Amino acid sequence: MSFAADTRVNLAHGMKFQWEPSQNSHVLLYPEGMVQLNDSASAILKYCDGRSVAEVLAALHEQFPDADLDGDVYAFLEDAHERGWIRTES
Amino acid sequence: MSEAGSGLNPDIGSRRGPLWFLAEVTYRCPLQCAYCSNPVDFANEKDELSTEEWIRVMREVRELGAVQLGFSGGEPLVRKDLEELVAEASRLGFYTNLITSGVGMDADRLARLKEAGLDHIQISFQAATASLSDDVAGRTQFEHKEAMAREIRRQGYPMVLNVVLHRRNLDQIDEILQMAADLEADYVELANTQYHGWAYVNRKALMPTMKQLTHAEEVANRWREKMAGKMRIYYIWSDYYEGKPKPCMNGWGTTFIGVNPDGRVMPCHGAAMLPGPPLPNVRERDLNWIWNESELFNRFRGLDWMQEPCRSCDKRFEDFGGCRCQAYLLTGDAAATDPTCHLSPLHQQVRDAVESAEEEPRVMVEQPLILRNAKNSKALREKFGSRPKVADAETME
Repeated sequence: MSFAADTRVNLAHGMKFQWEPSQNSHVLLYPEGMVQLNDSASAILKYCDGRSVAEVLAALHEQFPDADLDGDVYAFLEDAHERGWIRTES
Repeated sequence: MSEAGSGLNPDIGSRRGPLWFLAEVTYRCPLQCAYCSNPVDFANEKDELSTEEWIRVMREVRELGAVQLGFSGGEPLVRKDLEELVAEASRLGFYTNLITSGVGMDADRLARLKEAGLDHIQISFQAATASLSDDVAGRTQFEHKEAMAREIRRQGYPMVLNVVLHRRNLDQIDEILQMAADLEADYVELANTQYHGWAYVNRKALMPTMKQLTHAEEVANRWREKMAGKMRIYYIWSDYYEGKPKPCMNGWGTTFIGVNPDGRVMPCHGAAMLPGPPLPNVRERDLNWIWNESELFNRFRGLDWMQEPCRSCDKRFEDFGGCRCQAYLLTGDAAATDPTCHLSPLHQQVRDAVESAEEEPRVMVEQPLILRNAKNSKALREKFGSRPKVADAETME
């Protein structure tokens, strides 16, 4: 899967993204399983709600103005798609 | 617990609470699966927790940090208040899973559960055909189950299709996977029988040959390639055949908490059969005390309880000594090394069982199955007392 700026990204069917105070982190929940997310993964997944990749990047740039993060974001999205965490619409 | 997805990770920093909460809301069930994991003497249990009691329990377990909640049984659909329980679980922030046979389900109920916030359904099938399905589980209403699986997908639920595999259905593996593909399951969990509970009573009748197991795995691998990206397939071996034990519950008292229909709390599905003081009960104690302080939850926590060969074994950090219930079942000592481990001094028992499953004549003259129903449960209990030493139950007619 290669992502373009206008590819829309959303959590995959059956996935839930939420903050867990007892784990002090965001988690991704799916049928009978859980992934504990690190800060960068949760920062990106937070915006995977039907926005385009360009919009996700814009939101992240606003949140982290000094960071050079485009390459990392594309790499993460590919990985997340491979793992079945997100789905895409062109 | 199920293996769908990558499972729950036990090694999470300083986390102390459970992650996975199995609510066995009833032992009532329209099916009689001969490999049911419920206690053999389930028919003795009455007095189910009320709606209000379950709601309190869910709140307390959520406060401990659990994120996944499985409604199981018995058949959870038997509970008229299931929608109410699901709604509360969802409100509390649990990811809610319904573990069902589909018997007793209808489209309206599915819609109401969806509205209540149910996240996912795991539906079990017993075989790929009605006749075999009925042979191993009583009247299974096979066509109705198929219709319900379609309805689950139509209503937009993610669906795990679960099949417990054994001697009698392993050779249907191709048909089973075809059925799963036709029903558009998201995940298929092909779980070879673990020989606890009713499955232990029926061990001789259920144990397959090695050839059946390896053939089924080859077929599952072919389907996995064919369905890549559409349907995830998990094929899970039985520890008897692997020569190594399962990492039971990701470690005792680390990840899993189960509550029985009558409020007894368990660190694993099978703990009700272990010897020792009565299980802690939600009617007597709060869940925080039970998880952190009770003797039962601390009995096999960590590694200090281990005997040799586990105590000095490098694998103890990976398999935690295996299954405590199986150790008790096969050796009479719940702290022994699980005999499915090739390092156990009693491993030969398991090898003998595996080898005897290879014997030719058994292919012709099959063992009768003792179905999981109240009559057989009472008979087993009368014969062997309230905690049947199921090792003896094998001779039961």
